[in-house]
Amino acid sequence: MKYLDEYRDPVLAQRLFAEIRRITTRPWAIMEVCGGQTHAIIRHGIDQLLPDQIELIHGPGCPVCVTPLEMIDKALAIAARPEVIFCSFGDMLRVPGSSGDLFRVKSAGGDVRVVYSPLDAVKMAQQHPERQVVFFGIGFETTAPANAMTVVQAAKLGLRNFSMLVSHVLVPPAIRAIMESPTCRVQGFLAAGHVCSVMGTHQYGPLVEQYRVPIVVTGFEPLDVLEGIRRTVAQLEAGEANLENAYARAVSAPGNLPAQQILAEVFEETDRTWRGIGRIPMSGWRLSERYRAFDAEERFEVGHIQTAESALCRSGEVLQGLIKPNQCPAFGKQCTPRTPLGATMVSSEGACAAYYQYGRFEAHA
Amino acid sequence: MIDLDGWVCPAPLRDYPTIVMGHGGGGKLSAELVEHIFLPAFQNGTLAQLGDSALLEVGAARLAFSTDSFVVRPLFFPGGTIGDLAVNGTINDLAMSGAQPLYLSAGFILEEGLPITQLAAIAERMGAAARNAGVTLVTGDTKVVDRGHGDGVYITTSGIGVVPAGLRIAPDQARPGDVVLVSGEIGLHGMAIMSVREGLEFGTPLMSDCAPLHDLVATMLAANPNIHALRDPTRGGLAATLNEIARASGVGVRIIEAAVPIPAEVRAACEMLGLDPFYVANEGKLVAFVAREAGEAVLAAMRAHPLGRNATIIGEVVAEHPGMVVARTGIGGTRVVDTLVGEQLPRIC
Repeated sequence: MKYLDEYRDPVLAQRLFAEIRRITTRPWAIMEVCGGQTHAIIRHGIDQLLPDQIELIHGPGCPVCVTPLEMIDKALAIAARPEVIFCSFGDMLRVPGSSGDLFRVKSAGGDVRVVYSPLDAVKMAQQHPERQVVFFGIGFETTAPANAMTVVQAAKLGLRNFSMLVSHVLVPPAIRAIMESPTCRVQGFLAAGHVCSVMGTHQYGPLVEQYRVPIVVTGFEPLDVLEGIRRTVAQLEAGEANLENAYARAVSAPGNLPAQQILAEVFEETDRTWRGIGRIPMSGWRLSERYRAFDAEERFEVGHIQTAESALCRSGEVLQGLIKPNQCPAFGKQCTPRTPLGATMVSSEGACAAYYQYGRFEAHA
Repeated sequence: MIDLDGWVCPAPLRDYPTIVMGHGGGGKLSAELVEHIFLPAFQNGTLAQLGDSALLEVGAARLAFSTDSFVVRPLFFPGGTIGDLAVNGTINDLAMSGAQPLYLSAGFILEEGLPITQLAAIAERMGAAARNAGVTLVTGDTKVVDRGHGDGVYITTSGIGVVPAGLRIAPDQARPGDVVLVSGEIGLHGMAIMSVREGLEFGTPLMSDCAPLHDLVATMLAANPNIHALRDPTRGGLAATLNEIARASGVGVRIIEAAVPIPAEVRAACEMLGLDPFYVANEGKLVAFVAREAGEAVLAAMRAHPLGRNATIIGEVVAEHPGMVVARTGIGGTRVVDTLVGEQLPRIC
């Protein structure tokens, strides 16, 4: 597979590992922000091949993991309504709310469908004028443009039976919240490459300056991740803090301007609760005044639903790198991949699920 | 504290009080149904072996007996139909114990409104598949359900085969030192179905690999009978199969990721959809656990057979980490290849 295999080349990877080993003289804690990067790190076993001094902290960039319990409960309430066809990306279906997950709603008679594109939901709304079609719009700046387009499309078509349950979140406020935390251990960031391909890199310069923390825009293939780590370590070892772009083949400084334009039109900033972390001011998007009619929270009157997180689950501290998953008292006991308390145990790249697997392996090895 | 590995509650219903789609996904939820509902209810040693087919001693004969139900949508797909699957699927379940398949039954659940021409086309394909494989469809049944209560047609086939004397191929027979072989490229059936179901188009159309494997197995056994375990990686894919054998035999499995043959189209489709080809279904491939000294002979025999041309050794059995499958990744790291809880879900990020 051209354009992918080139970024998985074992010889080049070994060269990068050697270079990282050569320049590392002290312990460093680096956070990869995006869930896609965490997936690559686990999927290719990158973390095990790094020098022991390099600690990778899996950041809050998995949209499945950070979608708050409350929002899942809203989704469950809407999906259970008989007139609703509830559409979602696949991996949201197994995330537990406080009373089960979307699979369970489906099993109880709810019409829950997996879609690959939000535009499929619009098509469905056209095909089923007698039903209410709701799309679960989650994710970071990466998935937002397609969701914004979908709402614009629905408006153009005058669809009255389409709406979106919006739970969009933004990377820069999360980085700010992590750096503001008094217990913050993160010394450098691998910024999420695909988020930056949409938004550009200008939002990160002020963070670098304010917190004196290196931020390296990084891609998702093994060589991309290694190059991001190498550049971050090089800065840390030199005592520098700069914004660098190690994913120039996809990311330009200004980003994707037409996408930004449509985002500004369809969404407006709002406070958002992050699962396990709590409320971060202006850290997400909701539909703007102009498109508010497509807001599923208002249409189905689920705004009042409020849910507290499990007191046992400490995924918030895990997501901030404050504790290792196996330091949580529920880890491997009340909380396992089969009985997850928090979303970090649900998705295969969630920090807790990954730890659970490797812990079992290392116990035997 | 709940010890999940030793957990024997008769009702495995902590997460789901009703059946969810994942119970049919071939992952942990499917295994829980078998372990906690069917095994206790049916209690017998033959079933408890959990082979692809049951082994029965009847008089002097050793019979393999198996059943499988087919609920694929769409009914016609690139490379086959639900009829081909129904015949070849049960043949393959029998073949995985080394049996020579002989007779099949077929039960049809038809949905009101199904065009007769579609049923005729499916039946024709079943007949052709049976003749091609040298098995006979000797008994059957038909039921009709109300419109809206089925996807056109569901088929259940059962099959009987004869196991040669002295042969013992079973999921619990893998031993440390065995080599692990796969008979060809993985992921074709699942991605072919998904591409038509989701209307995805790729440069080269993906075709199901649906095929009967008993002749390939006979060829392998003729080359060297020192084959310990065989399984066709259908639902849950290669990953589920390797885990099942590792668990049943109480051994660890180590594979080299780069050695597993995956067609470029399957890899591309999986990358796009956020799926892992190790978990995608196959319908014409087998995984073999073979005594190390027999490995080369069996591999050569497979490669000389039309259904094993791309056969290759993908790993080995070890005494360490029993019940676990560990892969060496392309860049030299390791990852645990676990069984999924339910169905594989496309990743968002």
